[in-house]
Order: sequence, then structure tokens, then C-alpha cells
Amino acid sequence: MATAVSRSGGTPPTGGPGKPFPPPPPLSHLGSLMRGVRSVDQVGVEERAAALGKRSIKKASKLAALDLVIRCMDLTTLEGADTPGKVAALCSKAVRPQPGDASVPSVAAVCVYPAMVPPAEAHVRGTGVKVASVATAFPSGQTFTSIKVAETREAVIAGADEIDMVIDRGAFLSGDYQKVYDEIQEVKEAAGRAHLKVILETGELGTYDNVRRASILAMAAGADFIKTSTGKVTPAATPPVSLVMMEAIRDFHHETGRSVGFKPAGGIRASKTAIHYLVLLYETLGPTWMTPDRFRIGASSLLNDVLMQIAKERDGVYQSGDYFTID
Amino acid sequence: MALTARPPSELAGFDWEYAPAPEARDIVTIAARNQLYIGGKFVEPHSRKFFKTVNPATEETLAEVAEADEVDVDRAVNAAGEAFRSWSRLQPARRARYIFRISRLLQERSRELAVLETLDGGKPIKESRDVDLPLAAAHFFYYAGWADKLEWAFPNRSPRPLGVAGQIIPWNFPLLMLAWKIAPALAAGNTVVLKPAETTPLSALLFAEICEQAELPPGVVNIVTGAGQTGSYVVSHPGVRKVAFTGSTEVGKLIQRGLAGTGKRLTLELGGKAANIVFEDAPLDQAVEGIVNGIYFNQGHVCCAGSRLLVQESIQQPLLEKLKLRLGTLRLGDPLDKNTDVGAINSKQQLAKITGLVESGVREGAEIYQPECRLPERGYWFPPTLFTGVSQSHRIAREEIFGPVLSVLTFRTPEEAVEKANNTPYGLSAGIWTDKGSRILWMTERMRAGVVWANTYNRFDPTSPFGGYKESGFGREGGLQGLLAYVDLN
Repeated sequence: MATAVSRSGGTPPTGGPGKPFPPPPPLSHLGSLMRGVRSVDQVGVEERAAALGKRSIKKASKLAALDLVIRCMDLTTLEGADTPGKVAALCSKAVRPQPGDASVPSVAAVCVYPAMVPPAEAHVRGTGVKVASVATAFPSGQTFTSIKVAETREAVIAGADEIDMVIDRGAFLSGDYQKVYDEIQEVKEAAGRAHLKVILETGELGTYDNVRRASILAMAAGADFIKTSTGKVTPAATPPVSLVMMEAIRDFHHETGRSVGFKPAGGIRASKTAIHYLVLLYETLGPTWMTPDRFRIGASSLLNDVLMQIAKERDGVYQSGDYFTID
Repeated sequence: MALTARPPSELAGFDWEYAPAPEARDIVTIAARNQLYIGGKFVEPHSRKFFKTVNPATEETLAEVAEADEVDVDRAVNAAGEAFRSWSRLQPARRARYIFRISRLLQERSRELAVLETLDGGKPIKESRDVDLPLAAAHFFYYAGWADKLEWAFPNRSPRPLGVAGQIIPWNFPLLMLAWKIAPALAAGNTVVLKPAETTPLSALLFAEICEQAELPPGVVNIVTGAGQTGSYVVSHPGVRKVAFTGSTEVGKLIQRGLAGTGKRLTLELGGKAANIVFEDAPLDQAVEGIVNGIYFNQGHVCCAGSRLLVQESIQQPLLEKLKLRLGTLRLGDPLDKNTDVGAINSKQQLAKITGLVESGVREGAEIYQPECRLPERGYWFPPTLFTGVSQSHRIAREEIFGPVLSVLTFRTPEEAVEKANNTPYGLSAGIWTDKGSRILWMTERMRAGVVWANTYNRFDPTSPFGGYKESGFGREGGLQGLLAYVDLN
């Protein structure tokens, strides 16, 4: 407290009689910067995120939201069992989610493993749907930087428009922020013109303070988007984690003028959940962030629920699952 | 780069308007004329007089309500005195059963009560639904539990009920204040005569219906409606053994003067001018939420509202930028709409008072900020307001405004924060925002406030006592301490 400050004030400390104090060890600039990142109050952020889940979105505002959810969706398949056939089906669904209904837009992108980029690219070419490839030893990120960089480069050469990389959580949690930073920069360089989304894997970071720190780190290192999760770890995206990341994006934009996008991913299966994220976005970053350039939702099974909700809003009744194509 | 209140719309990627989502109002039936509830029956007032209660959001008249005169109050106190004889001797576990029944009925009819509370008082349905109703029911549940455990509450004493309690409640949380008053009184074996505020009498009358539904013995709870004059009859009636008042400091002083020497017990919960203190290491985004919740919750009609923001000078700029941005997202409008954050001002008089004090703030040289927001044409409305450059001597830093108006002051050291926070005739509540646990404890020891919230604000719980220092009153409501006001230990 301040009383303690005044008590300890006075003569500066020395290294002993007649000896100057030894020079301090060199500080890692980035390390001290990271430790200076403002903290997050867990109770407060969870309360705010939950309160925004109680907004009542219906009728016209619901239809507009559902349309946006589709336009911002990264339709995803990330399975060991993925085949060119499976990817082809996913791509058709991505381009035309509801055959016979031209008013339903295409999704923003398909998101696949690097090996699946060539078939995906072949199917969506010319449709406006982008190909996003995970990279950098997704989902764990536990391999050599050179391999991560090479993987990124190969994915881009194969036709990926966007790269979803994972950060090295091992390095982050052990305090080696520099390594995380450098790696993002190198991958960003390797990605070239492809958009870089940086996955923080918030489920492994443990605290909201860490989520905020990792968000700032990733944005400073050049991320075009920051993304919550791989979908392979539980918990994946949650509303409070998303709120923390959006607030970091807002602060970063305020400090630097640079707009970084946000992508929640993992476990988003219901339209209601997706709309909750839109409300968080709308009331935190505002309408300028509500475009596919600055917002994406990563999901594999959300799309049909959204289509079902759209049909329900239009016709007033729910259709059975058989009226919506499985991809 | 300055932040604007709303992100510029020419860049807007998406123009999203939430569709109106009003709660259905036909869930509640409001009688055109409402009688007094005395001795377990709804009765015509002796005064033959009725007054109107309006919906402050539309100025539409909701109902006529009886105005109790001296004879009516006398009847009510006599009915309560009559009922006291058997109620106080009732087996405590059976008393508990009635109170539990009331709390369950409050839960069952919560939607109806929430809509009524919003219609009559102007508060957003979001708040009456998520705060007022659950808390009111929780208070009855909590005190029902104590009814048959009074000897454990006050070990080695012999707690006895006092008699008839005269209770006067304000218009900001009508049903919740009713719960704070009635639940402990009944649990301890007292009977009550309660007078709700004249602008918000309807939920208390619906509560009377709930008492009937719970088959509460006649006369245990009596509701007399009316204005200040009715209140003074309740307070001064010789049959009343205990007075509990929540309201303005001005009226509280009158009551205390009037009761001197009568031997009546008194608790007062009066005004406040709470400091919400934000240190430079605070989690800023959550502090902003806490500030908003502290002063704009229930349009600032909260006695413990964090109406003075004390912010450490080093973070004043970023904090205010964030706060102003956040004010731009507050949704003001139809209180029945589930998406509304800020509702209507409770009455015309209150609106005039707020307007007057805000004008004084501008005159005295403080800088005013109000986000762009369209006020409905009919009804009583005031936009969320922020004053910067406020000094301790300004009226807006000293007087209770009881509206959505925040005065921002700065401090440099924790000592200065404590000094400024305590430099007020009031002492009801305070908030501290810091990442440092030790500083919270250090501050709390030095603050003269009945409640100190750390990294949160306006948080209530039936188990936790609430009440003030200095001109904010005396006595505690809630918790074990809340029972103390309703028992005789001598």
C-alpha cells in the first residue's frame, strides 16, 4: 500500500557498502510487455457474456442474423477419415447450402486439412467460396518451426486462400512468448497473400488473463484473424472467452488502428448459440465487424440447423431433418 | 484516435436492428379500482378517496387506488394487533410453512408480478424478471427458514416478537422492498401494516392476493395505500411497536424526530452517494460494466447506486473512452421490451428533480456527456448521463440525484480515494475495482459504508445484511442482523 511505499522510500538500494548494484539481467522486451497486459475479471466477464445471451432476437432481426451466420461460416471437416469424396460433398454444400433456394447465400469458406486443399480448391474455384487450410501441425502444434513453415507454404501453393494456424501452447504456457511471436511471424510470411487466422486454443490456456495475453501477442505478430479453438479440445469456443478476445481486438484497434478479425470455432451447433456470438460481436465491436472479412464462425454441423431455422421463420413450421441435405 | 459513441455507420458492414420483443402484458389483470387490504379482506376506504397510478413509460393511467386516511390506518393497525395475538403464539414451524408458501407463490406468479412491476414503475422487464422477483422470493425463503430457529439465531436470549410493525417502502424496488420488510417481520412472529409508495402500489396489492392464496391468517399482513400523509398515520399510530422505513433522508429525519420518546423501535434505510473507486490495475472492461451496472441499473433509482465514480487519474482517459463507448450501446426504450437496458423515470416529480440537478451540474461548470439516444415522446425519460471535471464541492457530487447520472472525479493515491469516498454525509455503499486483494481489504477497513463491493456492484443476497452509516440510516436488513430489528431480546 501507499504507506509501505513511503516507508521504503528514501535512499536507493545498493549492492552493499561501496559496491554498485549489479546491472539487471537483460529483460525480454516482449515478456515484460506481455506481463503488462491488463487483467480480466472472471466473474465480470462471464456475467456480461451471459447477459448478452438474453437478448431476444426474432423475426426480421433473426432472419438477418441467420443470413449473416451463413455468409460468415467456415464450413469445416477435419477428420482423419476425410477423403476427396467427402470434401467434394462438403464443397457443394458450401456453395449452395439449400438447393432450390437461391436466396440462401454461400458460406465464406470451406476449412480442411492441407492434404485436402487440392480437391477442395478444384470444387469451389470460381464460386467465391474460399479454401481455408489448417496448418502448423494442427491441432497440437507440437513440431519443428521449419516443418510448420513448410506446411504453410505447401498449403498455399496447393491453393489455400486462408491459413488457420495454431500457436505453440507449450511455448506460451512456459512463458516463451518470443517463440510464439516469432513463429506466427514466420508463418505469416510463408502464408504470403493468404489470410492468416491464428488459433489460440483457449481451452488449453487456462485463464482469461492468458487468453487476453495470447490475443494481443497474436495480433502484434501479424494475425489477420484470431480464432478461439481447434475444435479438438474441450472446452472450445465459449461466450466469455470470445468476449475477452473481442475486447482485446477492440483495444488493439484503438491502439494501432488495425482491424483484426475474430473467429469462434468448436462446439457451435445451434443457431441460438451462433446468434449469441453475433450479439456479443454487435455490442462489443459494432456493425463494422459484422462482415465475412472480420468475422467467421467455424462449424461442421451448424449449417443445417441454421437452414432449418430460416425455413421455420419463413413458413412458420419446422421441417424434418430429411428436407435438409447432409453434406 | 478518439472513439466515437457508436462505430461510424458509413463503414457499417451490417445494419442490424433487434426486432421489438415485448413481454405480453395481458398476463396480468389490473382492477380499475383497488381497495385497501385490511384484516384479510379488500375493503372500501373510509376516506372514499382514490388516486391514480400511471405507467411512467406512457403516462397512461393504470388504475385507481384507495387513499387510506387516519381511520383506515387505525382499522389496519387494529386488525394487525388482533392477529398478533394468535400469530405470535403459533407454533414456529407452522409460521414457517406460511412464509414458504408465500415464496413459492411469488415464484409461480413471478411473470405476472414482473410485468406489473414494470408497468407501474417503469423499470426494464429484464431487471424485474431477473433481479426483483428472484430476490424477493429468495428473501421469503431465507426468512422462512429462520422462523422456527430463532433460539439458535440468538442463543441464550429469549427472542420475542415486538407486535405490529408499521412499514413504509419506496418506489424503486416495490416488491423487493416489501419482501425485505415483511419476510423477517413475519418470521419473528410480528404482524404488519405496510404502506407502498404512491407511484407504485400495484405489486403490493397483488401481494395481498398472494397472502389470501397462501391462506395467511387474516390481519397478519395489511396493505394500506396512499401518499406521505397515510405514511405519517402509520408511523404515529400508538398501536405500532416498530417502524421500518426505506426512502429519502429528509423523510427519515422527520420520522425519527416524530418517534423520539415513544419507545417505538426504528430502522431507517435512507439515501446514498456511493463512491465507485477504480484503481489503475483494475480489469478495465469489467470495471466499465460495473460502473454501468452501478449507476444505470434501474435508471439510477437505487439508494446504493455508484453515483460518484472515483477513478485513478492515470487511467482516467482510457476508462472514460471505454465508458462513453459503452453508454452508446445502452438500449433505452419500452420497459416491457426484453432487449431494453434503460427504462422510464419513475415519476414526473423525479424527472423534474433529476433535470434540475443536471442543470446545476452544467451551471457549476462540469462537462456533460450523453450518448446519442432517442427518447420516446410520451412518458418520463432521461438519457444516461455522465459528468466529467466534477469536484467535491459541486452539488452533483454531494446530493443524491436518484437518476441515471454519474459524476466522475479523480484521485491519485489510495489515501486520497478513501478520503474522498468518505467525504459525504451518506455512507450506504461503495465499490472498489482493483486486481490487488490486499488493497481491497485495506480500503474496506477505512471506508465508512455499510456495504463495500469488490470488483462487482449492486449485488444482493438475502443472507447478507444491508444498511448504512451516517445519513444513510441505521439498522440492517437481510441476514441474521435483519431479524434483530424484529425481536425483543430483553
